Amino acid sequence: MKKTLVSTLALLASAGIAHADGVLNIYNWGNYTSPEMIEQFTADTGIEVTITDFDSNETALARVRQGGHGFDIVVPTHSYVPIWIEEGLLQPLDPEIVTDRGNIAPQWVDVDFDPGREYTVPWQWGTTGIAVNTSVYDGDINTADIIFNPPEALDGRINVIPEMSDVMAIAIYAAGGDDVCTDDMDVLRATRDMLMEAKPHWLSLDYGTIDNYVAGDILAGVYWNGATMRARLQNPDVAYGYPATGYPVWMDNAAVLADAENVENAMIFINYILQPEHAAMLSDFARYGNGIAGSEEFMDPEMAAAPEISIPEELVSAGRFNPTCPQEVQDIRTQIWTELLQ
Amino acid sequence: MATPPDSATGPEPDPQKESHGWKWLLSTPALLVLLVAASGPLMIVAVYSFLSPGNVGGVEWDFSGDGWFRVFFSRDIFDPENVSWNWANLNVFWRTISLSLQTTLICAVLGFPTAWFIATRPPERRALWLFLITIPFWTNLLIRTFAIQELLRGNGLINTILVATGIVDEPLQLLFSNFAILLGMAYVFLPLMVLPLYAAMDKLDFRLVEAGYDLYASRVRVLWHVILPLVKPGFVAGSILVFIPSIGAYVTPRVLGGGRTMMLGNLIALQFGQGRNWPLGAALAMVLLIIVMAALVFYLRAVNGEEGKRRG
Amino acid sequence: MAKSYDVRRLPGFGAIAVLTFILLYLPILVLVVFSFNAGPSQSEWDGFSLQWYVAAFGNQQVQDVSIRSLWLAAVAAGMATALAVPAALATTRVSRFPGQTMIYALINQPLMVPEIVTGIALLIVVAWVKVNTGYSGMAYLVLAHTAFCIPFAYLPIRARLETLDPTLETAAADLYANPWQAFRYITLPLLVPGIAAGFMLGFVISLDTVVITEFVKSAGQDTLPTYMLGQLRRVITPEMNAIATLFLALSLLFVTAFFLITRKRG
Repeated sequence: MKKTLVSTLALLASAGIAHADGVLNIYNWGNYTSPEMIEQFTADTGIEVTITDFDSNETALARVRQGGHGFDIVVPTHSYVPIWIEEGLLQPLDPEIVTDRGNIAPQWVDVDFDPGREYTVPWQWGTTGIAVNTSVYDGDINTADIIFNPPEALDGRINVIPEMSDVMAIAIYAAGGDDVCTDDMDVLRATRDMLMEAKPHWLSLDYGTIDNYVAGDILAGVYWNGATMRARLQNPDVAYGYPATGYPVWMDNAAVLADAENVENAMIFINYILQPEHAAMLSDFARYGNGIAGSEEFMDPEMAAAPEISIPEELVSAGRFNPTCPQEVQDIRTQIWTELLQ
Repeated sequence: MATPPDSATGPEPDPQKESHGWKWLLSTPALLVLLVAASGPLMIVAVYSFLSPGNVGGVEWDFSGDGWFRVFFSRDIFDPENVSWNWANLNVFWRTISLSLQTTLICAVLGFPTAWFIATRPPERRALWLFLITIPFWTNLLIRTFAIQELLRGNGLINTILVATGIVDEPLQLLFSNFAILLGMAYVFLPLMVLPLYAAMDKLDFRLVEAGYDLYASRVRVLWHVILPLVKPGFVAGSILVFIPSIGAYVTPRVLGGGRTMMLGNLIALQFGQGRNWPLGAALAMVLLIIVMAALVFYLRAVNGEEGKRRG
Repeated sequence: MAKSYDVRRLPGFGAIAVLTFILLYLPILVLVVFSFNAGPSQSEWDGFSLQWYVAAFGNQQVQDVSIRSLWLAAVAAGMATALAVPAALATTRVSRFPGQTMIYALINQPLMVPEIVTGIALLIVVAWVKVNTGYSGMAYLVLAHTAFCIPFAYLPIRARLETLDPTLETAAADLYANPWQAFRYITLPLLVPGIAAGFMLGFVISLDTVVITEFVKSAGQDTLPTYMLGQLRRVITPEMNAIATLFLALSLLFVTAFFLITRKRG
């Protein structure tokens, strides 16, 4: 009943726009776009959507930079948004069509990477923290020590996702650094030494590990909140901790490409995902928060109440956005990372 | 490229080898496609290795030897004056070559008997066995690699069998090791060894083998002195087909090695991706190319030299 | 003639071959079994269900990428084989000529370079052509895959050619066959096993080519591997197992058809 009402409203909302029929090409992370929402979008607007996947921010950027790609919408992570904007790869959102930017939750409006949301709107946001199997570990879960100075029970059963920027951020914070892009050599040295000492205690640096957490092959690790939730739903012992020393917050954002061929359709889509009921569909599928105010009431109740989504009050301030580091700093970070993985 | 002196033909023209001047023209369509879609673009990589890294990937069009310098040397992160060999990279080179050689060996040990087995089936059944070799490869590489991961995990099939039969007391840590990488690469590249071996064996003249036995040679001697030389072209083709992709392997070490240890393919991908240093990645790629070229020339010389000996 | 041995038998080889086949099929078995799993896990068995097949069939994107992969593999492997046969004829059983090593190196070049490097190189060139011509169809992927498959098709064909008896062609020439007739009626039929091996290798290689496709593809040109690569960071569901099982069923269908045809002929 509610659904019919919502789609009727959406239909009315889009009816005002003439010639909405046509196509739209979305370039997004794999398995990240709710098929139900796309289906409904097509039903509501008559726009046929094609989704093409990318597997990393670097690939997406390299691909679009070279031109001739045919995409209309891209969904880069916040740390890359300033580069996309600076290089003129995105176009400002059209205020005539994208009328509902007011739906963005207040804390996500004036963000550093796109002040005032001139170019982008939230897609999904999340945190990178610590997943722990509490059946073997009953200590504090909100500490990076689990990874960098692991207790006996977790030794050799730790997985770290191979995301350089996330892992370096947690490590630099844990080593006493304040700024992820620090060029303070003492902090970087401490970070390197800490990582090198910790590595023998790790089992793997891998992505596809939900099954491993569920099966108990992996007992702890650096992991994303949404993925940890998927693991917890299959194994209630898996818990998600927020390192008190600091942890990265990230947000993927939808934007319209400067050389998009279907600009109007792209703008319609951007406004479409600003509607709480549609944002909720994205979250139900991808299992992350969406940054749209009022979307909780449309979400799967299991999602809305999940401890992986609602950060404990006292730990909110420890979460920080990773900026994109200058190339000199990035070089040092890559060198440390290469040393770690050699 | 200089052509080595022709040892194969010797002083007398070899009647078995044609010298039609036009024959090489047959290779032009293939060469054209390769020039457009493979070698030509590669020149760009060669050029990129001498440029400066751009902002977040890409390149700046300024000449720089820094990419090449960093392949072999490293400045200490915390003491830039201190230049030393880049052991991190050299370790990766060594691991890559060693694992690739081991993969080729495993494929040869498993592939030779398998190809022999297929080639000695009745002719109408051989195609079926050949298909059976390739069927697992109709599934995607990633899916296959994940399936191997399922087998190797702590509560996976292999450990379950090992524990149930009492061979080990508790599950072994098989996953995320060099063993897992080797197993995975051998699995992935095995048909690349079996198919060329089979193609050579299928044509094998068994009268020669019979002649060997008639002269009271043992099985081992026949295998070594009659069969192996006859199927050598297949062996060489198979070894090249296995060794070279192993050197550039990316997915298998990433999934089965658990990303804890890198192979060269992963190191290059890192530079083009998260490392954002395309010139260094390009230089590493050129190093890889040079190593492989050297190996290939070595192979070719060995084969041609051997042929010359046999004929002479 | 007293035969002391069966010349086709080598002790232990049968056992190793059987072991190899078991090893080859073990992971596949796991994959097939878990495609029928009721739960979302790939290691815990929750009972029988067809839900992942229902999901795969309900997912338009999965169907599109699967069909595109098969189509691309067939076209690229076919073209690569068609190019590899003359190339093999040109470089095998001829006296050495200047530049032969060069040609050999060129043909095998896609083998020597990891996909990521070819991918980046192609990205730059292909994007430039796309911007300048405005054409962004499948031809780029076909061309890239064909080039990548050529050495895989070439090597088995060459290996086969090297073991052929060259006097057969000489005999044909003595009987006044022109070079084309000699090729068409003597060499080509004898080459068939090599060509079949080359085509199958090319097909399989094209199905696995992921990084190159990732960099060359335009909007709406995802293949199954790039679709999966996109999922690698997130979660791979048994839906993928279901698709893999369907691919297997398809290949089994081919094998059966092939087997029946050859048997009828025999």
